[in-house]
Amino acid sequence: MRNLYLLTRNETLKVLRKKRFLVVLLILAVLIPLFAYGQYTQQERVKAQSGVTDWRAELGQEIVETERRLASPTMQDDRRKALEMRLEQNKYYLERNINPSEPGATSFTRIFMQFGISLFLPLLVVVVATDIVSSELQDGTIKLLLTRPVKRWKILLSKFLTLMIFTTLTVVVMGVISFLVSGLFFGYAGWDAPMFTGFTVINGTFDTSAVQMIPHWHLLLMNYGLGWIAAIAVATLSFMVSVLVRGTATGMGVMLALLIGGSIMGQMASDFPLTKYVFTTHLRLTDYINGVPVAVEGLTLNYSLAALAIWSAAALALSFLSFTKRDVLA
Amino acid sequence: MNDKQRPVALSVRNLQKTIRRRTIVKNITFDVFAGEVFGFLGPNGAGKTTTIRMIVGLIKPTAGHVLIGGHDVQKDFLEAMRCVGCIVENPELYKYMTGWQNLEHFARMLDLPDERIDEVVRLVRMEGRIHDKVKTYSLGMRQRLGIAQALLARPKLLILDEPTNGLDPAGIRELREFIRHLAQAEGLAVFVSSHMLAEVQMMCDRVAILSNGEIVKVATVEEIVHTGTNRVEWTVDSRDLAMRLLAEEVGADRVEPLGDNKLVALLTPEQTAACNRLLIEANVKLYGVQVQGQLEELFLQITGGDSIA
Repeated sequence: MRNLYLLTRNETLKVLRKKRFLVVLLILAVLIPLFAYGQYTQQERVKAQSGVTDWRAELGQEIVETERRLASPTMQDDRRKALEMRLEQNKYYLERNINPSEPGATSFTRIFMQFGISLFLPLLVVVVATDIVSSELQDGTIKLLLTRPVKRWKILLSKFLTLMIFTTLTVVVMGVISFLVSGLFFGYAGWDAPMFTGFTVINGTFDTSAVQMIPHWHLLLMNYGLGWIAAIAVATLSFMVSVLVRGTATGMGVMLALLIGGSIMGQMASDFPLTKYVFTTHLRLTDYINGVPVAVEGLTLNYSLAALAIWSAAALALSFLSFTKRDVLA
Repeated sequence: MNDKQRPVALSVRNLQKTIRRRTIVKNITFDVFAGEVFGFLGPNGAGKTTTIRMIVGLIKPTAGHVLIGGHDVQKDFLEAMRCVGCIVENPELYKYMTGWQNLEHFARMLDLPDERIDEVVRLVRMEGRIHDKVKTYSLGMRQRLGIAQALLARPKLLILDEPTNGLDPAGIRELREFIRHLAQAEGLAVFVSSHMLAEVQMMCDRVAILSNGEIVKVATVEEIVHTGTNRVEWTVDSRDLAMRLLAEEVGADRVEPLGDNKLVALLTPEQTAACNRLLIEANVKLYGVQVQGQLEELFLQITGGDSIA
């Protein structure tokens, strides 16, 4: 165990000293304020176009309207449930004096993950992941690493653990920076607003039977949890690529092609039966909890989680098999 | 020879490697004893590095065994690796870290204390630059840092692949003295590969000559230096006269003409001296005499050195 700890420590130090993770942090530190500012100016423009409206009056009117409709005895149960939840949400906004059409820091942070989960976050993860083994092959330092009295699988495991650490950090830093920075533009209010989750689309219509109401921070954490799972899956796949190719640039190229190619396939050939088994189709885990129509009809959260787990397990098995058996000619 | 009494640090038995149907290393067998510097001599592409990779377990032999300190590298990798320190090909260290951080990295893999890092840094005399990034080092310094990391775990066997590559003459001499010191004072077995005969002659006690993946000869360095019979080559003006004189002295079957104005014979040093005197006394113009040890000739043939002459 101590051995594995020391090896992992070596690997984390190498990632830090190589300043690869610093690049990831810099990208986040530059892009997030940019996105937040862009969102802010867009919101101001919309406001200027539509003129100053009294959103409190509108919200109040909607609440009265909803209450009137709920009073009707002929309403179906599930419809009634949805309306009740909508009512509760609107009441919350009015009480806290929050304009529901203006995003707060919590909304921005959540939506950022929702948009970033299939491409932006994977790209950040790939920066560290494709380098972690292939660079040692490329620079020949692998020879010094593998001629020590340490089993090969232990060395690879220490690298994988290191990758898990930095992938987790990437997701955490992404959430923390977007919350802090977007709060400067939009304020931090609304973090406990009631939110809906649990929509499913069946045969093209919204099924609201499983809809639940949870506080916004809870939904945010769920989003980042799923984001973390997607990021770990991407990291594991990149790890395999990193083991199999010799150069960091090659590995990066392969992963970019996989991620972008996969997302194009998801959009252009969503009916194609193979798409269901493609890795990238399942990266958009957050869609399942935010009430966004899912990429390929009929997919469920559990199915996607299982698909990612199988892909990751296979990638990991192949990585360890190749790394421990191969002739090192680098 | 007293080699038999000394402990065997490295024992290579019938080692063979075939990559994509090409046999790169063919049935190699040799021993390296504690306290000796063993040269592994061969032209580029003879299979030196492939053999070294098999010795340190980077690639798997197609057949044969490697024992380091008595431990089979394939079966008992950890114990075997505890006995060896190596540089394979170039001293490739982490360029983005300092020399010290590199040593710390490898010391951590073995759970060695910082004091040991201090010791090896002093041993290779790198105290001045050890806290600079490796990318600022000269090749000579990288080579020294490479040796430092190889010595960290106090190995019984040190393997250096072409260690003088890129060193200036002063650096080569320093390295040679350092390696001899390690073998003589510390009792290490040092295995040095090289494609330069002169280098091996000056550094090593014994030599294995490798050609096309086969060991042509294992010999002590004395056998390479001019003892026993040597190949002697004279450049003269009147070859017929010289030929006759030499044939009378050593026998016609041992003298052969070569080129336009050269003679070649296989002779002992005493015979060589007698022949030289004869030629001079007969007023043969002697433009040059060249003496090569048999192994030197052999090596030159292997490396294609003769084709230049």
